[in-house]
Amino acid sequence: MPLAPATVRRIAHLARIHIADDDIPRLQGELNGILGWVEQLAALDVEGVQPLTGAARMALRLRDDAVTEGGIPEKILANAPERAGDYFVVPKVVE
Amino acid sequence: MTYTIEGKTGPWELVIGLEVHAQVISEAKLFSGAATSFGAAPNHQVSFVDAAFPGMLPVINRECVAQAVRTGLGLDAEIHLESRFDRKNYFYADLPAGYQISQYQHPIVGRGVIEIERADGSIRAIGITRLHLEQDAGKSLHDQHPSKTYIDLNRAGVALMEIVSEPDLRSPEEAGAYLRKLRTILRYLGTCDGNMDEGSMRADVNVSVRKAGEPFRTRCEVKNVNSVRFVMQAIEAEARRQIAVWEEGGVVSQETRLFEPARGITRSMRSKEDAHDYRYFPDPDLLPLILDPAWVEALRAGLPELPDAKKRRFMAEYGLPAYDAGVLVAEQASAEYYEAVARGRDGKFAANWVIGDLFAALNRTGRAIETSPVSPAALGALLDLMTDGTINGRIAKDVFEEMVASGDPPGEIVARKNLRQVTDTGAIEQAVAGVLAANADKVADYKAGKDKLFGFFVGQVMKAMAGKGNPALVNDVLRRHLA
Repeated sequence: MPLAPATVRRIAHLARIHIADDDIPRLQGELNGILGWVEQLAALDVEGVQPLTGAARMALRLRDDAVTEGGIPEKILANAPERAGDYFVVPKVVE
Repeated sequence: MTYTIEGKTGPWELVIGLEVHAQVISEAKLFSGAATSFGAAPNHQVSFVDAAFPGMLPVINRECVAQAVRTGLGLDAEIHLESRFDRKNYFYADLPAGYQISQYQHPIVGRGVIEIERADGSIRAIGITRLHLEQDAGKSLHDQHPSKTYIDLNRAGVALMEIVSEPDLRSPEEAGAYLRKLRTILRYLGTCDGNMDEGSMRADVNVSVRKAGEPFRTRCEVKNVNSVRFVMQAIEAEARRQIAVWEEGGVVSQETRLFEPARGITRSMRSKEDAHDYRYFPDPDLLPLILDPAWVEALRAGLPELPDAKKRRFMAEYGLPAYDAGVLVAEQASAEYYEAVARGRDGKFAANWVIGDLFAALNRTGRAIETSPVSPAALGALLDLMTDGTINGRIAKDVFEEMVASGDPPGEIVARKNLRQVTDTGAIEQAVAGVLAANADKVADYKAGKDKLFGFFVGQVMKAMAGKGNPALVNDVLRRHLA
C-alpha cells in the first residue's frame, strides 16, 4: 500500500525531522520504493515456520549485577551541544 | 455495594486500571554496568550504553531478570520462560537513544492476581495482566533556566518493572488498596523499595465511567501520579469530568491527561497526541531471554513468606482477628517485631500492645519500628510482668511511657519506682476503710441505690494506693465493705 503525502509528513514529525513541502513527492517516492522492496517478503509462505530472531539459535547472555562503569561525566558530555556544570542543556521542553 | 458517583442523570460506575512503574532494586542498570543509587552528581552514573553512543551494545543484568521473576512469583503469575525485548520509539531529550528498550508482545511475566481487602473486610481479587522489564528515562530539570532544560542521565537505563492491572478496580478506595498492597508485596520481596516520594514507584491511571450494566466506555489515561492519595484524587476528578462531558451530550475522547494536585483537576497533555504511535519493533541487539526452569524454581524457593500467607498464619497461630493481622503484616518490620513479642505469650494481648501503645508511641516520637526505643524483648518483659501479677495494667501504661522516654528495661523501672502491685489484703482493707470513712455521704447514696458510685470508690482507693492496688482484690474488698 503506497504511502500518502500525509503519512510522509507524520513520519517526519515523529522523527522530529523538518521537511519542506517541495521535498515530499521525492521522499514519498523513495519511501514507497523501500516499502515495495521489503514487501516482496510477503510472497513467501511462512505457514508453520517459527519466527527467526537471529542467525544463530542462541539465548541472551546475562551479566552479573556489578557496578563496572560510570564516573566519566567528561566523556559522556563531550558531544553535548551545550552544557551547564555536568548537565546537558537543551531548549526548554515543558508540558 | 457498587461505588457510584451521582450525576444529573443518575448514578455512574467507575472502571479503573493501573499501570505501575516500579524501579527494580539492583546495583547496576538493566543493560549497563553503571550504578543505580539515588542522589549522585549529575551524569556521573552513566555509561556509553546509557547515553546511547553509537555502536554500544546492551548486555542484560541477571539480577534485574531475577527481580522480575521474583515479583511475578509473588503475584502468583505465569513466568514466561521465553520473552523478548522491543524498541519503543519516541522522541524526548531525556531519552538519548530515541527509543526505550521494553517488552511489548512477549513480556517476562503474564497473568497474575492481587487480593485487596475492602473497607467492609471483604476480599476482592484484582487481575494482573502482565509485568514487563524496561529501561527508565533520564531526568529533565525545567526549573534551572528560563528557556533551557537541563538533562541528567543518571536514571537513564535503570531497570523498571511495569505492572499492568486488568480494569477490575471500581472505586478510588479499591485503587488505593491495590497500590498499597502491591507496594507491600514489592517490599516483602525486596524487588522495589516502593518509595513514591523518590519516584521509585509511579502510577498511570486509566479511568472510564459507565451506567450500570453497560460495556466499557472510552477511557482516559492520567500519567505519572506519584502518591496513593493523589491516585485516589485523580480518579475521582477524572471520573467527574467524564460524567460532565457525557451528561452535556459530549463524547469523551481517548487521551493522555495530567493530574494537578493543587487544583484537584486533570488536564489534557496535548503534546502526547502522538504518544501512542510508538512503532514498536524487536530490538535487533537483543536475543530472546530464555530462563532455565530450575533457576525459576530456585528463585521461588528463596521467596520470603508473603503478606497474605503471613496474615493467615498470624490468625491461625496467634488467634488474631483479621483486622489485627492485616495491620501487623502491612510492613515486614512490624510483623517481625510482633512475632518477637508474641512468641510464647498470649498473641492477642501482644497484638493489643503493639498496635495500640507501641504504634502510638512511634507515631508520637516520629520513629520507625526498626529504631523503636522499646525493643521487642523489653515489651515482652513488660507483658510478662502483667501476666505474673507483678504490676497491673494501669501501672503498665506508665511503665511503658517511661520505657519510651528512658529506654530502661521494665523490671528496673518497676523496682526503682516501687510500682509493684499491692496484693496484701491488709493494705487494701486499710485504703478501702479510709476512702469509705472520708466519703460517708456517697456511701449512703450508694446504699440507697446509686450503683454507679462503685467506680468512684474504685478510683479513690486506687488513687490512695498510687495506682498499685490489685484491681480484682480492690473490687472484692470494696464489695464486701459496701454490702
